[in-house]
Amino acid sequence: MTQTPEQVWEVFHQSARGEPHVHVGSVHATDADTAVLMAKEQFARRLACVNIWVVPSDAITETPYEDADMFEHGTDKSYREAFGYETTKRAKAVGDAAEL
Amino acid sequence: MVSFNTQHLTDDKPGDPGYERQLSAFEARISRGDKVEPGDWMPYDYRQQLIRLIHVHANSEICGALPEGTWIPHAPSLKRKLALVAKVQDEVGHGQLLYRAAETLGKPREEMIEELISGKAKYSNVFHYPAESWADVCVIAWLIDAAAIVNQKMMADGSYGPYGRALKRICYEEAFHLTHGYDMCISLATGTRLQRDMLQDAVNRWWKPIMMFHGPSDKESKHTELLMRWGIKLRTNDEQRQEFLRKYLPKMLNLGLKIPTEWEMRFDEATKTWHYNEPQWDEFLHVVRGNGPVSAQRLETRRLSHEQGRWVREALAAAAAGKRVPLPPTAYANRG
Repeated sequence: MTQTPEQVWEVFHQSARGEPHVHVGSVHATDADTAVLMAKEQFARRLACVNIWVVPSDAITETPYEDADMFEHGTDKSYREAFGYETTKRAKAVGDAAEL
Repeated sequence: MVSFNTQHLTDDKPGDPGYERQLSAFEARISRGDKVEPGDWMPYDYRQQLIRLIHVHANSEICGALPEGTWIPHAPSLKRKLALVAKVQDEVGHGQLLYRAAETLGKPREEMIEELISGKAKYSNVFHYPAESWADVCVIAWLIDAAAIVNQKMMADGSYGPYGRALKRICYEEAFHLTHGYDMCISLATGTRLQRDMLQDAVNRWWKPIMMFHGPSDKESKHTELLMRWGIKLRTNDEQRQEFLRKYLPKMLNLGLKIPTEWEMRFDEATKTWHYNEPQWDEFLHVVRGNGPVSAQRLETRRLSHEQGRWVREALAAAAAGKRVPLPPTAYANRG
């Protein structure tokens, strides 16, 4: 008897409708339906869950950790973040000046 | 998971055999606070209204990059220029996120882009006006983004999952736009006489489009009731306008800015609402139908940019199909 080889399925768990699906782990299974069953048993028994995705691991393309520096910025980019500005202090100074 | 094919969804129009039964289950879900996902049953009108709204929103992000993009070469300092480039880049990215969200409802991206370029699809009233000075860029970045955030924060809690998720990410980035815009306005407001006048001029010109930004008054808005019933929209246009005014008008006054007197802006302490002269809504409709001062110019820029990017789309398609990737048109030109 030939047996369908098991493969690894990555499991994505959704805690409430509208929330993003979050990767929580992986299971071994021969097909998608079995993978859902396994995922349900392992990741949805206690955590609140409304939906599960299973994706064959080999369908996922990832960036190598060795290349993590590709996410680094070469220069200071605080100018593109809200915390990079001191508007509250500056605006208050205008108000104070106006009251004088 | 996400398909453009919506043919399998049946009984989604009033009068279809199973419509009433499905509708009441759907509305029960909405009132429980459930989010709707692409494959779910939804009323035909829910789908169409969302496509309309997200499409207009996506177009507005794309067209919103145009008045500001014009000013990148003229930014007064390197820091302002970097921030403006970052903002314009964000806005175009938001457009892409939103086109994707609308695609999950069955409308292809190419169709949406064609409808924008041909003038069939609408975009926000504020981007039908020119940015005449650097101060206009500052007012757009602060006040128009503030008005947009009021709208987007509300829509992020709406009933359609993909739109809400896209908006959460968008609101995070808008927070930078808003703060930077405020920072720029503070600089002008505390600057020379010329700079203060320039800022006041920009406010004078932009106040009308800003007052119209959240759309027709509740008395005239024809979509609001249905949109609120289905949890797409959680507050009316006038409620959003009041929230914007309550939050930002005091900040403007603090900077010494004045609202053009014809608006007769007056705060009612008892009801915590701003009173003002009702905008001319027929003018608003005329503008958003493509008759604003620079409507034609905006679409022409967009059309040209779409044409110039065609070779990239073709090259990507060729590469994906394993075919020879064509060179950019300029590469041929340079060969002589």
